[in-house]
Amino acid sequence: MASMFPPSRVLVIMPAWNEHETVGATVREVLELQRGYDVLVVDDGSRDNTAEVARAAGARVLTLPYNLGVGGAMRAGFKYAQLHGYDGAIQVDADGQHDPLDISRVLAGLESADISIGARFAGRGDYKVVGPRKWAMALLAAVISRLARTRLTDVTSGFRAANGRAIRQYIDHYPAEYLGDTIDSLVVAVRSGCVVTQVPVEMRTRQGGQPSHNPAKAALYLLRSVFALFLALTRRKSSIFVPAGGL
Amino acid sequence: MAVLAAFVFAFLMVVLVIDLVRRKKLREKYAVLWLVVGTGALILAGFPQLLAIVAGVLGVQVPANLLFAMSIVLLIGVCLHLSWELSLVEDETRVLAEETAILRSSLEDLQERMDRLDGAPPRRRVRVPPVPSVLPGSAHPSALHNDR
Ligand SMILES: Nc1nc2c(ncn2[C@@H]2O[C@H](COP(=O)(O)OP(=O)(O)OP(=O)(O)O)[C@@H](O)[C@H]2O)c(=O)[nH]1
Ligand SMILES: [Mg+2]
Repeated sequence: MASMFPPSRVLVIMPAWNEHETVGATVREVLELQRGYDVLVVDDGSRDNTAEVARAAGARVLTLPYNLGVGGAMRAGFKYAQLHGYDGAIQVDADGQHDPLDISRVLAGLESADISIGARFAGRGDYKVVGPRKWAMALLAAVISRLARTRLTDVTSGFRAANGRAIRQYIDHYPAEYLGDTIDSLVVAVRSGCVVTQVPVEMRTRQGGQPSHNPAKAALYLLRSVFALFLALTRRKSSIFVPAGGL
Repeated sequence: MAVLAAFVFAFLMVVLVIDLVRRKKLREKYAVLWLVVGTGALILAGFPQLLAIVAGVLGVQVPANLLFAMSIVLLIGVCLHLSWELSLVEDETRVLAEETAILRSSLEDLQERMDRLDGAPPRRRVRVPPVPSVLPGSAHPSALHNDR
């Protein structure tokens, strides 16, 4: 079978870039759930000791020789997952914004889908964005919802789970462009036949370290996300995709 | 005099490109474009009337403008080609980076297991400084060597 539910082995993939302040605590929180999840921290050319802290906390660590961005880090993580026989993977931010207690809820979404998104604006929590960034997110959500034939409110969320089928598709196409790890990968996955669903989650505040966004970038974000969406909509579909139920 | 200078210049350029390919300093696929440009310049330098004739046929009033227009088109073509090749190379290096990271983690696994088998004390891991992304990533200290 291409996609079993529940997945027998789950890998928690944490992209981390200069997150030594928070990665240790986040890894420990996940391991303390005692649900048998393995944690893989993808240290993306950090200049601090993210890798050592993560390893000390009990995570497996992939150290990329230089910064590839979240897209490249995640693709490395998915390759690792496939190589080591995981049939479920979930991306969790290293900065502690994703509540480890929600991991099982997001994974539960895989029962009826190949990709399950932990969504921030779906009723729970009080995470808010404003201005151009908000418009961009609303526009992206509307377009991708139509494409996926289901209501999605937060398509740029990094909190998302994949089953074996989606992992294979991601490895074929997980672009390195700006927003490639969220918009582009999702659009191509949907167009290649993956089923997407969302699960409401709460966002916590950053537990430390530096956010990668600032308000000045918000307007640019709108333009670039529309461009990313346009590119994704016109890309070729994954050809190595395995149809549902077959292998 | 000017015609002679143009001819010599074009000739030297063609010779230089061929020599670079011969010494494997330039890949043939990039050389082709430059050879086309060089040969074109050579022909025009040899027969300057040719430019005026072609300009007349195409209805270009000032022959020099035809030359400029052609140069611009060619240069844009070369630039686009280079960006395209660069993107390809970047994609390839990304894949290599991912693969090395995965290989390194397997190697560390293996070493740990071997050490446990040998009953040796665990090795100290060496911190590998990341390659600064702004500088051309030249020789990178090998990531694979653990000291004892
Ligand atoms: N591998 C990798 N991870 C990154 C990179 N940039 C950010 N991350 C990680 O991606 C996760 C999310 O990054 P954040 O900077 O928190 O982005 P965000 O959550 O969208 O935005 P904030 O609201 O500012 O927190 C964190 O775990 C970061 O460590 C990168 O270049 N490479
Ligand atoms: Mg964050």
